[in-house]
Amino acid sequence: MIRKTAILLLVAAIAAGTGTLAAQTLNSGLRGPTPLNDEGPAAPMTPMRNTSEKEVRNYPEQPPVIPHSIDGYQIDLQSNKCLSCHARSRTAESQAPMISITHFMDRDGQFLASISPRRFFCTECHVPQNVVGPPVSNDFVDIDTMLSRTAPGGRR
Amino acid sequence: MSGVELPAKQPGLLWRAWAFMLELWDVLIRPSSVFGLGVLVLAGFVAGVIFWGGFNTALEVTNTEKFCTSCHEMRDNVFVELKSTIHFTNRSGVRASCPDCHVPHNWTDKIARKMQASQEVWGKLFGSINTREKFLDKRLELALHEWARFKANDSLECRNCHSADSMDITKQSPRASVAHQRFLFTGEKTCIDCHKGIAHHLPDMHGVPGWQ
Repeated sequence: MIRKTAILLLVAAIAAGTGTLAAQTLNSGLRGPTPLNDEGPAAPMTPMRNTSEKEVRNYPEQPPVIPHSIDGYQIDLQSNKCLSCHARSRTAESQAPMISITHFMDRDGQFLASISPRRFFCTECHVPQNVVGPPVSNDFVDIDTMLSRTAPGGRR
Repeated sequence: MSGVELPAKQPGLLWRAWAFMLELWDVLIRPSSVFGLGVLVLAGFVAGVIFWGGFNTALEVTNTEKFCTSCHEMRDNVFVELKSTIHFTNRSGVRASCPDCHVPHNWTDKIARKMQASQEVWGKLFGSINTREKFLDKRLELALHEWARFKANDSLECRNCHSADSMDITKQSPRASVAHQRFLFTGEKTCIDCHKGIAHHLPDMHGVPGWQ
């Protein structure tokens, strides 16, 4: 009898659990209110940020973001459209920033004549930006802000 | 015509052809004794209209996207690449199809290009790019031809739609407006110098000026 009650209780618990799971609408910022087992409507595409103005890096090691549209730019074995402005020899004409000298280094720290093959695919690290608010909030503070908090008279 | 009647030996092929041409010329310059002048003029006019109309129709048929992509060399290689670009689909629905960029619109230049294209018929017949591999191997050479043509005619086919005069640089991105003012408006460069590979994938660009 006790066994039967236990099984009944377990079944009831599972039924209640699945019921609440299905009814639950996890409202995460990225998914929106769409239930987990549904695919929501695609968010409208937002325009590229195309100001051509340098954006601040959030930390010194951050790969600088691309402040312009790169639609249709080909980066493959055959060619690299980015390099036709950002390569050392092209920067006088294009007035674009030269690719960092660190990108000339191979894995042993030896400097090569031009960009190292392991750094060839720009968009592995550098990405263009869209005009959109952050879908998930975060409380990141950069190092300067953090240091000034501990300094006497610094911002808290 | 004494040469034809030489009894000694059979006249050569070249000689007989010449004799035939002379006879034909005689017929052509002799006035007609059967048809009236009006009939001849009218028949000539009608035949001219039919010939010219037929010629132009045939020319226009070879000047369509449908004709270009009826060969797998174009359909499976360059046409596929065009489909993802702004010249194929865009917000305003204007499409530039193959001949818009690859055939001059002006009649004389168009005929010159069409005559040049007879070499492409040769290529088709002998399958010079009939596999993907052959096409990729030849891609740089083919691209260099097109770039040379655009460079020589100051990117005329681009300018058929994109005129520098009607360009509103205030509506362009800062980067584009600076580049156009520095290089396009001064005539220092032409469209193709910077805008290579906007409608098709690029070949191996090593050694092409301005590329790495």
